[in-house]
Amino acid sequence: MIVGKSMTRVDAPDKVTGRAKFTEDLLKQGALVAKVLHSNVAHAIVRSIDTTEAEKVPGVLKVFTCFDVPDIPFATAGHPWAIEESHRDVADRHLLNRHVRYYGDDVAAVVAENEIACDRALRLIKVDYEVLPFVLDAQEAMKDGAPLVHEGFPNNICGHSEIHLGNVAEAIKEDGLTKIEGWYETPAVQHSHIEPPISYAYEEAGKIVVVSSTQIPQITRRVCAIALGLPWGKVRIIKPYIGGGFGNKQDALYEPLNAWLSQQMGGRTVLLSISREETFTSTRVRHGIRYHLCSWVRQDGSFAARTFQCWSNQGAYGSHSHGVTAKGMGAFPQFYPCPNVDCEAWTVYTNRATSGAMRGYGIPQVTFAMEAHTDDICQQMGFDPLEFRKKNTMPVGYVDAFSKNENYFDSIRQCLDKGAEAIDFKRKQKEYAEQSGDIRRGVGCAAFWYNTAVWPISLESSSCRMLVNQDGSVQMQLGETEIGQGADTAFSQMAAEAIGVPFEDIHVVSAQDTDVTPYGSGSYASRQTYVAGFAIRKTADILRERILNYAHEILRFPVALLDIVDGKIIRSSDRRELMTLGELATQALYSLEHSVQFSAESTAQIKSNAYSFGCTFAEVEVDIPLCKVKVLNMINVHDCGSLINPQLAEAQVHGGMSMALGYGVTEKCLFDEKTGRMLNNNLLDYKLGTSMDHPDKMQAFFVENPEPTSVFGTKSLGEPPANSGAPAIRNAVLQATGVAINENPLNPHELFRAFSEAKLFDE
Amino acid sequence: MNEEKNLSQVCAQQKATDREIQENPELARQMKTIRFTLNGRPRQLTVDVRLSLLEMLRNDCGMTSVKRGCEVGECGACTVLINDEPFDSCIYLAIWADGKDLTTLEGLEGPHGELSDLQQAFVDEAALQCGYCTPGFIMAAEAIFRAGKRLSRDEIRRQIAGNLCRCTGYVNIIKAIEKVMDQRFGPA
Repeated sequence: MIVGKSMTRVDAPDKVTGRAKFTEDLLKQGALVAKVLHSNVAHAIVRSIDTTEAEKVPGVLKVFTCFDVPDIPFATAGHPWAIEESHRDVADRHLLNRHVRYYGDDVAAVVAENEIACDRALRLIKVDYEVLPFVLDAQEAMKDGAPLVHEGFPNNICGHSEIHLGNVAEAIKEDGLTKIEGWYETPAVQHSHIEPPISYAYEEAGKIVVVSSTQIPQITRRVCAIALGLPWGKVRIIKPYIGGGFGNKQDALYEPLNAWLSQQMGGRTVLLSISREETFTSTRVRHGIRYHLCSWVRQDGSFAARTFQCWSNQGAYGSHSHGVTAKGMGAFPQFYPCPNVDCEAWTVYTNRATSGAMRGYGIPQVTFAMEAHTDDICQQMGFDPLEFRKKNTMPVGYVDAFSKNENYFDSIRQCLDKGAEAIDFKRKQKEYAEQSGDIRRGVGCAAFWYNTAVWPISLESSSCRMLVNQDGSVQMQLGETEIGQGADTAFSQMAAEAIGVPFEDIHVVSAQDTDVTPYGSGSYASRQTYVAGFAIRKTADILRERILNYAHEILRFPVALLDIVDGKIIRSSDRRELMTLGELATQALYSLEHSVQFSAESTAQIKSNAYSFGCTFAEVEVDIPLCKVKVLNMINVHDCGSLINPQLAEAQVHGGMSMALGYGVTEKCLFDEKTGRMLNNNLLDYKLGTSMDHPDKMQAFFVENPEPTSVFGTKSLGEPPANSGAPAIRNAVLQATGVAINENPLNPHELFRAFSEAKLFDE
Repeated sequence: MNEEKNLSQVCAQQKATDREIQENPELARQMKTIRFTLNGRPRQLTVDVRLSLLEMLRNDCGMTSVKRGCEVGECGACTVLINDEPFDSCIYLAIWADGKDLTTLEGLEGPHGELSDLQQAFVDEAALQCGYCTPGFIMAAEAIFRAGKRLSRDEIRRQIAGNLCRCTGYVNIIKAIEKVMDQRFGPA
């Protein structure tokens, strides 16, 4: 068995020697450099732009403005194309925008021979703005008379949906119910991948080629083609190794502009490298969402009725919009099923940085609100948080009517039990129950709901190509992308297993090139290991059949008696090794009678999805006078089905927990109320956790229930580790101090406010 | 092989620079010739005085392991060793490297491409994911070992705190460094 083993990452040797080539490493010297001029107002109409002085700077070749770009609105979200027009993302932006909708919007671009000339020219461009009033808050933006961010979206509502189950109005009339109500607020945060977005574009063979750090080469090709008004085949995207994405690069960011700039320069190579500061202000952030939750709870701890409302801050442009908000809302009635539920969600345009996909896609937000609310219920009604969760969470056999996802195993309870035992929850809960003094400790937990891939909301389709070399090794190409998570290694393990060759004999082609690589939607929705598994198995089956048919020609034995095991053709009746796959491949290719190169290619459509559950337990120490939370111990438990590679799965969880730690304690994008400017758009002021800020105990555990719908028994693990950490920390602080903090991150500012309100300093 | 190619590229660049200087005397005032060793080999380059060491190493010396993450000394992706000490090469001027001994990740491999024990530990402990911060982390860790002192886990955390990683939560990076610490100094 190769699947299930901790095989070494296939890209590790290249990555520890510096040989792994990222976008900038492939760029040849002599490229032109482009830079973007961003607006310094949050909302305005550009009246005119004077580029005269900028164009005089030595080395500057051309300055392009929002008046020069094609009048083709386009959408950027990394979603598969929808044949049905009503299902498509809103096309609400241009390559450069005359209607400026946030502080940092793109209004002009300079192309020059070097970076210094570019920078000098940017400073000399004069933009005349007709400044408009702006709005930063989602609920404010919905009010009548609020500044309108986009024509055609009254009250700035870009998405709205509802879920209604049973009858809440009737249900709450029941005697003996306690109503628990809470408002919860989550901030915008930034992905902070260490490689900023970067691309370069040039024309070759009559096509525009964009080499880019993207999670979604196929989708980026489509978006570029639409934005430039080109046939899709005239655009070629090449994706080398990328330095992290986390959802930000699940958008076509600056690739369309880059392609257009190269086109304007007659196809010369143009580099468009986005700075760290621009990455914060002008790419994407995670949606900040405000929640209002109410639960009517019986004295036995069961739910009679629940309501959910949320307002999601979309920022200036559509990108991934209501899909993020709606996914979070969908989790609410499923995770703690209740017969009477009313849910309503709004996604609202504002003049803030554009919100897009970020690891968890709405679930870190809703999990913060929902699981904070769960502990609020427990605290106010005297329930044990662990037992309350186990009592109310989804039962075995639960089926979601829409996705048809089934809770085959008792995953959530199993994960909770495993985590509670690992952190010694019950003992610590008692130990920390009665504390006084300045320094207090607490333990808390939170569980989460997740899906795998996007079916049935969108297409799930994945393609694979295999080609056998003369030595019996296999080249494999997939449309699915390695973005650091270890996908190439997992794919190689699955392919080796499915074909019957050693792991070392799979040569996965890591880089995608849309001219060559078969279609795959790319890295998002924690989909790839699940969906690529179908494509790999299907393609391997075709390849095996072709190999064994040829083996039959040479070896006489019927195909039914032949097998491929560990790179050898064997007679399965007595396991005798007949020849190696290499010998067969060489004979077949160079045969003067019947020459064949063994190859196979197929597309698998996936019409299933899978629940992926887990939880976090956190132990904290709170310094009340200093308003500081120190996380001492953090444990995540996941049921992501069978592990393909335990070591890499564990590493993936560590990274997600780290992101959740930041979401819980330090990370938040700050916006200036007076100007709309992002105040902390750099890695000094935006508090990304360093090695000093992480607890010494950060552990990953798994409950391995093989997923029945999955070819390799696996389901999502990419995003889930980031989902439940923040509320677990919040609930641990609640246990430590008795103070319910309903806004993350739990940084000193927030703690000071909350502790002051709770009069903790007066004690 | 790579080294030779890089040298010829550098020579080609040098000629272009000389021609530019002849045409534009003002440029000469902004150029300076520096001598340094890079991964054990003596080098000489004429560089723009405004150039960062990051740019020089990547563009003029072909050392593409040196990664650009923020260009203001916040993320550590461009960490290289200068006289065995770790520096963010993005905020270190190239001309300051005059007379210095520079080491990049390319300099850690053995003559036949063997991985150093530190590189091997990063592979074995899955201490990398996207790999973009990895060169900087390995160089920060290499500096710890060149200082020659056994460090506790807390001290290791402090030593690598100038390098940001978004993928790993630092868990396996610390594990890899501790593993080499044990190999070199014996178990703690």
